[in-house]
Amino acid sequence: MSEKILIFGEVAEGKVTTVTKEILTIGRELANQTGEPLSVLLIGENIEGAAKDAVSMGGDNVYIANGPSIAKAHPDLYLAIVAEACKQLSPSIILFSHTDMGRDLAPRLAARLKASVTMDCIKLSLDENTKALLLSKPVYGGNAVAVWTSKPGTTQIATIRPRSAAPAESDPSRQGKVTPLAVSVGPSSVKGEVLETVVEEVQGIRLEDAKVVIAGGGGIGGVEGFAILEELASLLGGTVGVTRVPCDEGWKPLSMEIGQTGRIVSPNLYIAVGVSGAPQHMTGCSSSKLLVAINRDPDANIFKEADLGVVGDYKKVLPSLIERCRSLKM
Amino acid sequence: MNMIVCVKQVPDPEVPPAKFRIDAKTKQVIPPEGIPPVINPFDERALELALRLKNAYGGKITVLTMGSAKSESVVKRAISMGADDGVVLSDPSFQDSDSFGTAHILACAIRKIGDFDLILCGRQASDWDEGVVGPIIAENLSIPIVTLALAIESADKALKVKRVTTDGYQVFSMPVPAMVTVSWDVGRPRLPSGSGVIMAARKKIPVWSAADIGADAGQVGKGAARKEAAGLSRREWARKCEIIQAETPDEAGTKLAEKLRDVGAV
Repeated sequence: MSEKILIFGEVAEGKVTTVTKEILTIGRELANQTGEPLSVLLIGENIEGAAKDAVSMGGDNVYIANGPSIAKAHPDLYLAIVAEACKQLSPSIILFSHTDMGRDLAPRLAARLKASVTMDCIKLSLDENTKALLLSKPVYGGNAVAVWTSKPGTTQIATIRPRSAAPAESDPSRQGKVTPLAVSVGPSSVKGEVLETVVEEVQGIRLEDAKVVIAGGGGIGGVEGFAILEELASLLGGTVGVTRVPCDEGWKPLSMEIGQTGRIVSPNLYIAVGVSGAPQHMTGCSSSKLLVAINRDPDANIFKEADLGVVGDYKKVLPSLIERCRSLKM
Repeated sequence: MNMIVCVKQVPDPEVPPAKFRIDAKTKQVIPPEGIPPVINPFDERALELALRLKNAYGGKITVLTMGSAKSESVVKRAISMGADDGVVLSDPSFQDSDSFGTAHILACAIRKIGDFDLILCGRQASDWDEGVVGPIIAENLSIPIVTLALAIESADKALKVKRVTTDGYQVFSMPVPAMVTVSWDVGRPRLPSGSGVIMAARKKIPVWSAADIGADAGQVGKGAARKEAAGLSRREWARKCEIIQAETPDEAGTKLAEKLRDVGAV
């Protein structure tokens, strides 16, 4: 068997995850351009339902390998399963989501398969003349975009940044094949063990799911300043996120960070308050539909990135914003 | 606990982006003249975690960097912060190595050092933002790895490593010798100490060549690179900002609310 494009799909609670649906969109477009079938590898137990969903969302050949769920699995075990599956399927392009598991596996798999690897891609395309795969990814903390290409004949591995494409829609009439894949992996492939996996409960709305995000940066000045941001967020049915500074200063937990080293969000409305607009932060919010900046410094970079801006002290701007929102019953 | 920290010299990411030039032909970002390169901030946090482990468990920290003779400055910076030793890996054949070439070179030097319990790398470098060299070194050396480490405890020839995940954290146990890539979230690295600066100034930093570490010429340099840059461009500003005009901040807030309603944002 030789499969051109193979997607590593992630399954949670029996369903393919949103980020997997996003790479199904990207993989499908690529497969349509190259005229090759799109294959998907899923690992788990009792995941035939997810496999059928992957077919309805664009997969031509969906392979199921038996293994623990992604939430509980040691990355070493997943790496061994994926490496073994790749030996059997010989894909030339392997796509992961840029998730905890994807970014752990991709470089190590590349080392094992002697493949190239490009992390955190935002766009895949084909060179018009050579038909070589072109991988676009932000570099220099998001200040520039590089386009990478591999030497002909090289197996290519890439991780795709979340929110780089719309999730694939399900089309139940789509036809495809679901095949169990017998993968034998020895116990020696896992070095060490997972002692504990803790999912920290989020109070209120998850940042990634929020339609409105109010983000506070270093300009908020301290933990007490966030009260008014929280008031605005709750009024607009949204949630509060932060940049690196409030995390580094210990004002807010790491789980609230938006940016290159935090979460990637794309709400309908993003209001950046006291945020300078460092590229590593903008990386996490630049696909927001409407981006509003409130900052005292008229030269702050955030005003280059925003649709709407207010130059002023947030402590004076937000109370009247909140009051008017209330009176307009927004 | 004997540790090796791999560090990279990068253009100073604190320099405003507008001051950088992009050479479209060589696909390189050219920093403004006179601004010295710095230690990759992500690697500086890996060093910070190593220094905390040294405080807790003792042992020695050796810093490795691949580059030119100029890269000595990042090794000296690390020593001024508390690392014990450092080596620069430099050879004309190393020029334009990709991540796999770089990992091969670092792995060869790590084998030469031999005596280590833990290797620490930053989660990525602030220039190309890949984050793959650490994991590839672990594969090359066939040692266990945990990525995005936030805290490490040592117990009985094993390490307990807390790893940051998107929704919380995981705790791994792994045998030594081992590799970790370090999360940004370990917090701000310490500043160099006065005595550290003196120590660094006095220290002679050895330079190891390809022959010194037994690097395979077929795995390093531009010829061995598995991929190449087909393009490099500055990010475009996709948005044009409309500044709300108002006499007072109070009025601006009111107008912003009305604008948000008018465009249907809320």
